[in-house]
Amino acid sequence: MERVNANWRRTLLRSSSVILLAVAWEWGARMHFVSDFLLPSLSSVLTRLFEDIVSGDILVGLGLTMLRTLAGFTIAAAAGIVIGITIARIRVIRWFFDPVVSVGNPLPKIAFLPIFILWFGVFDWSKIAMVAFSSVFPVVVATWAATESVDKYLLWSAESLGVSKRQLLWQIVLPAAMPQVFTGLQIALPISLIVVIICEMTMGGQGLGGSMMTSMRFADSPGVFSGIVAIAIVGSLVVKAMELIRKRLLVWHEENAH
Amino acid sequence: MTNNVVVRYIPLLLLAILWEIAPRIHFVDPSELPPLSAVLKAWWSLLLDGEGHTFLAVFFKGSLWSNGVSSFINWFFGLGGAIVIGVFLGVFMARYQTFDDVVSPLVKALYPMPKSALIPVMILWLGLGAGSKIASIGLSCLLPVILSTYNGSRGVEQTLIWSARSLGATDRELLWEVILPSALPEILAGIRNAVAISFIVLVASELLVGQHGLGYLISFLGEGGVYDAMFAVVVTVSALGFAADRAYLYFMRRTLIWRE
Repeated sequence: MERVNANWRRTLLRSSSVILLAVAWEWGARMHFVSDFLLPSLSSVLTRLFEDIVSGDILVGLGLTMLRTLAGFTIAAAAGIVIGITIARIRVIRWFFDPVVSVGNPLPKIAFLPIFILWFGVFDWSKIAMVAFSSVFPVVVATWAATESVDKYLLWSAESLGVSKRQLLWQIVLPAAMPQVFTGLQIALPISLIVVIICEMTMGGQGLGGSMMTSMRFADSPGVFSGIVAIAIVGSLVVKAMELIRKRLLVWHEENAH
Repeated sequence: MTNNVVVRYIPLLLLAILWEIAPRIHFVDPSELPPLSAVLKAWWSLLLDGEGHTFLAVFFKGSLWSNGVSSFINWFFGLGGAIVIGVFLGVFMARYQTFDDVVSPLVKALYPMPKSALIPVMILWLGLGAGSKIASIGLSCLLPVILSTYNGSRGVEQTLIWSARSLGATDRELLWEVILPSALPEILAGIRNAVAISFIVLVASELLVGQHGLGYLISFLGEGGVYDAMFAVVVTVSALGFAADRAYLYFMRRTLIWRE
């Protein structure tokens, strides 16, 4: 009985900060400690979010943002995995890409945004290209490290059993490298989201980032706050989804043993 | 050794030559990709053009310097504040169970939020000046620092703490001589993430609004169609980001040298 009580207290304590924050937000805004403009009440922000969902505005924006994110991320993932594997296995490719990756990986890629606008225009392609460019490096680095560290005995036994190069790649190297590659993808996807939102903010137009910026310019603070709530929810859903996919995909791996 | 380094960086040299030649022979449009030499020339004139507006302009005339100084101030205070507060909160969370129970759900809920979404709210609260940029950078870098400090300090071997206690260490000694040193590798790794994030948010917030900073200079030159100068600033920002990461890596290795 005491144990149950302790657990309850723990749960209450653990949710208290979120509840407290929500209450303080609502109460502080209602008491007008700060102006409505600086901090619209939580209820008005949630009402706004609900209205935007019902009217479909936010769904259009959400759809466009996710479309750009996923398009760029998919390009980055495909290119990154191919480059990573070929770097690890082909010498010329390694010679060329090794300095390019070691210089390119730590660069603040976002500074290239105006160049991408110049090259690809202000619509979807520049955003997608920017996302792909920003998130390809973590995938390359993870895939490269993963392919290098595949157990040599696995490769040797497979070769001694006479598998072809293609079989070696698809049946030994890729599955063995999978956990680490997926970790790279899990790093790359949040980067994609951050970048797509910055792109939408700078270029304006539709999408979650763009509409947040529009609300800001029109001094529509409930719009800004409902935007940030929507983006925060999308961010955590995306991270959760990647974790679920990882469990599904790597169900055979010992990390999911228990 | 030197020979090795040269061979290793030949691909970058090839890319630089390609950058010079491709626009010159009109393989690509020179207005979309100015040749490397034109970019370097523009870079040089940005160093000397005398449009400086900070107190340092007396010594360093040139918009690259003055905007660089404003960017540096935003970056330094944003990242520095995040490191100090983040390490403090992380240790505190790891040491006090009740505080941890209250705060960590909030930290974990906010951690996956795309950090760039904070920028408009900070502009709303703090205006278009340096304050909103420092706050955006600080808040974006705070969570990685808190989480890595928290994980690092929780991972300290309990036997180390017990032995220090039995030798009569005070709380303060325990913190400075046992907990922080053994959590240091994770804290430093978290700060490296924060350094990368700080550059992204710095450039993004300056691109979006404001009148100062390297990000502002990039968008200003881009909107004016002065593309060789715009490329020069982009290259400068990239080089600074790269140098910051390398310098930090060097510092990290030096600091952790006692761990074998």
